[in-house]
Amino acid sequence: MEIREEIKQYPYPAVACIDALKIVQNHRGWVSDESIKDIAQVLGLSNEEVDSVATFYSRIYRKPVGRNVILICDSVSCMILGFESLYGYLSKKLGISWGETTSDGQFTLLPISCLGDCDNAPAMMINADHFNRLTVEKIDELLDRYK
Amino acid sequence: MERPLTKHIKPGFTAYNLEEYKQVGGYNALLKALKNMSPGDITTLIKTSNLLGRGGAGFPTGVKWSLVPMDVDRSRPKYLVCNADEMEPGTFKDRYLLEGNPHQLIEGMIISAYAIQAEKAYIFLRWAYKKAEAGLRKAIDEAYKAGYLGKNIMGSGFNLDLYVHSSAGRYICGEETALLNSLEGKRAIPRTKPPFPAISGLFGRPTVVNNVETLSWISHIVENGADWFKGLSLTATGGTKLFGVSGRVKNPGTWELPLGITIRELLEEHAGGMSSGYKFRGALPGGASTDFLIEDHLDVKMDFSTVAAAGSRLGTGTMIILDDKTCPVSFIHNVEKFFALESCGWCTPCREGLPWVEKMLLSIEDGTGKMEYLDLLSFNAKYFGPGNTFCAHAPGAAEPLQSGLKYFHDDFVKHITDKKCHWR
Repeated sequence: MEIREEIKQYPYPAVACIDALKIVQNHRGWVSDESIKDIAQVLGLSNEEVDSVATFYSRIYRKPVGRNVILICDSVSCMILGFESLYGYLSKKLGISWGETTSDGQFTLLPISCLGDCDNAPAMMINADHFNRLTVEKIDELLDRYK
Repeated sequence: MERPLTKHIKPGFTAYNLEEYKQVGGYNALLKALKNMSPGDITTLIKTSNLLGRGGAGFPTGVKWSLVPMDVDRSRPKYLVCNADEMEPGTFKDRYLLEGNPHQLIEGMIISAYAIQAEKAYIFLRWAYKKAEAGLRKAIDEAYKAGYLGKNIMGSGFNLDLYVHSSAGRYICGEETALLNSLEGKRAIPRTKPPFPAISGLFGRPTVVNNVETLSWISHIVENGADWFKGLSLTATGGTKLFGVSGRVKNPGTWELPLGITIRELLEEHAGGMSSGYKFRGALPGGASTDFLIEDHLDVKMDFSTVAAAGSRLGTGTMIILDDKTCPVSFIHNVEKFFALESCGWCTPCREGLPWVEKMLLSIEDGTGKMEYLDLLSFNAKYFGPGNTFCAHAPGAAEPLQSGLKYFHDDFVKHITDKKCHWR
């Protein structure tokens, strides 16, 4: 198993906790209570210890997400360049607000802090892909591409 | 004007591969360091150059290294960590170096690891920087194959393994001790200092944590010397710096320029001035956790000591511009909301105070704020200050708040008395 491979490079198994959570999420899309228990067993930690790590990090999902996760930068440079109206557009078009998933399970909408692309604001990510200088037209095109 | 850090970054951000990097003198500094210099020589050189950390705090890099115990047997293993968790709102400089020239960073890290005699090094990389991650992994692979990483590097007997750790989110991971907890697989809560990481860091071993831009300098200083480095800046500090401007300006971007250029030059010559129809009202000179500067400060020189003397911090050197069509209360609310969400929750002023501040700002923005909130906001800003909290997170949040209350006081009052925001 991948997690056991990961453990080998560290002085003790618990170090691989974040890696293990990411591995599970890569396969399943999110981290369920069952997965928390499994990880705890492999790493020799309590369920609560693993959950305390899982709930700390914003890119570990403890609830199911859609097939595509849209992460919109809501930090200050993107705010100045109008992220709020883009969020409004996306939210209306998909019929969901922050943290929600479309009923067909295609898209989840989440905020993310500054993506370090402020000179090309507004910016967002869809899954692991980065997009900038967003406009309503560009968003329409992206939604079609990821559907 | 020399631009050592970005000279070899091609337009469009396609990084040099190993061959191209070597053709422009890449890895010559590593050879020089390993063959002709002792670890102590390198630390002394970096100390003499007065290289100040480029992550935001400006701590002298050579001094940080010199705290690491060099007793051969008892101090091992030791670690070098590159802080590439760039997440300060309005900051987009490390991404440029990571994507643009990964070999420059890797070469700098090998020399730095040799200077402190670390045998393992980590790049703690922000989760969202996927292009940088792919580029780094490819460059590390090339460096291993060429014998620049691994066992007995260039026949010197020095061994180093370099790993990329992609993070799982959270701004607090950029705080160096929180970063170490995160690398250990734990919640990213800052640690008590002392002991400093140089004595007890990753896995309780001596560890140096340096920023991407800082480590990218090392090969250049080894190759060209301390005097050359000092001569690059217009002020006494030494070196160039990556500066950036974002907001409603004609040409937002990042540029490598000498430390000591004025805010006016940066804004007008490089960023092309304000976009048409927008007026300058203020700027956070070095990311979200720095104090506002206003029109009176346009001739302030961008260097650590000069920006500090003007009442702010150079921080990351990437400036966010507040224009006249953006509500200053919304601007500050956005920044404080970020800090409230990103608080790790460990100490009370930060965990409880930041959400309180955020709620008061939101109600002022919405036109339901009360006049007494202004005193409460100042009270909180004061108690977020250094010494009252566990780490620098809440003091950072206090900076745009306290200076915003001072410079945009009339706008706050107008929101409260008119019970509405005139920008909406």
